[in-house]
Amino acid sequence: MSITSGCDGLLLQCSALTLVRGERELFSGLDVSLRPGEVLQVEGENGAGKTSLLRVLAGLARYGYEGEITRPVPLLYIGHLSAVKELLTPRENLAWHVDGHADYRDSDVCAALAKVGLAGYEDVPSHQLSAGQHRRVNLARLHLSRQPLWLLDEPFTAIDRDGVASLEHLFVSHAKRGGAVVLTSHQPLRMEYPLTRLMLRAGGDL
Amino acid sequence: MTETTAPGAVSFCLRLLRRQLTLAIRRPVAVGNPLLFFAMVVALFPLGIGPAPETLAGFAPGILWIVALLSNLLSADGIFRSDFDDGSLEQLLLAPQPLYLSVLAYVAAHWLVTGVLLALVSPLFAAMLDLPVVAWPSLAAGLFLGSGVMSLVGGIGAALTVGLRRGGMLISLLILPFYMPVLIFGTATVQAALDGAPVQPFLALLGSMLCLSIALAPLAISAGLRISVDA
Repeated sequence: MSITSGCDGLLLQCSALTLVRGERELFSGLDVSLRPGEVLQVEGENGAGKTSLLRVLAGLARYGYEGEITRPVPLLYIGHLSAVKELLTPRENLAWHVDGHADYRDSDVCAALAKVGLAGYEDVPSHQLSAGQHRRVNLARLHLSRQPLWLLDEPFTAIDRDGVASLEHLFVSHAKRGGAVVLTSHQPLRMEYPLTRLMLRAGGDL
Repeated sequence: MTETTAPGAVSFCLRLLRRQLTLAIRRPVAVGNPLLFFAMVVALFPLGIGPAPETLAGFAPGILWIVALLSNLLSADGIFRSDFDDGSLEQLLLAPQPLYLSVLAYVAAHWLVTGVLLALVSPLFAAMLDLPVVAWPSLAAGLFLGSGVMSLVGGIGAALTVGLRRGGMLISLLILPFYMPVLIFGTATVQAALDGAPVQPFLALLGSMLCLSIALAPLAISAGLRISVDA
């Protein structure tokens, strides 16, 4: 896969980012830049602003922050909500996904579902699936993704241990292909890959 | 991994339309409810104002249009509700395709399963109120065009209130004033047909309102959705 990036090779850049929620300043003067092959783990206690940071970086939160963000490449954002429609089957959920990044072939969709351990569930209505399986349907988008930049908010929520390992493996292979991953997580990652960490502290940043 | 490009705006739009219609068909209750509401309220009027055919027929154009308006209002709230709740809306906002066309697909799906359906079965309700047969086609044609306007305007209200837990009442207050021109010209269409006057000017006015809302409402809906998801 060839990945086109910005003129200076960055997949994402933000400078002097300041975010205020209510009366509280979550962080200020934050600089983040991501190069191809980088995996960035955002850490911080509950309420430190991890999700807010990701939503700002993704472009979902458009007001209430200061600073400049450049997004030269298409990105894939996975938030807390699974965006899985109960009335659609997993196959339809992926094939008709509203993120509009590609027309997936049916074989690709099935392969992605098989990779997240949902082979045989392609045509089961999603309301019969568990919360963890909903997460997995959503995470199957990572296998289909052609976006160089992944922004993942707590990707390991409701995922069992094997699932976590295969996700970590997926992040590494994505980074090796020249992509970049930003993820928020409380648990330490066990990946054989250099990891950049960003620690958010309440009332400041590091 | 093969390199693929994002689907074009129109094919994405059709995909969304297909998705929304599939969702609607799998929940037939949501499609049937506005129609049932319509039938129930229309059935109330003969009880309330008396079953004399000439009285009913006199009120029929107004009654049918007001009930159509209310049933549209009831369902408009749901255009973006479930997509907001399950996070699909966030993903839609991040899609590379223009949001303008995407929201048109959502509204079009709503229009097809509420307004168009209502226009198709409206002769049945017209018969319940003893509206002369001569006015049925203009009632259906007026509802067909007017409900498009109502869905688009309702979409604006839905987009603005989707982030609120109890937006139901607020949406009515927001968009009811914008339904008034539709109501005025809609009932005028039926009245003109009853009087034997030409109905084309009124239908043309409704059509022009529809064109205007197709052009402008998606802008407001897009902005409303961005604000609602941001908050």
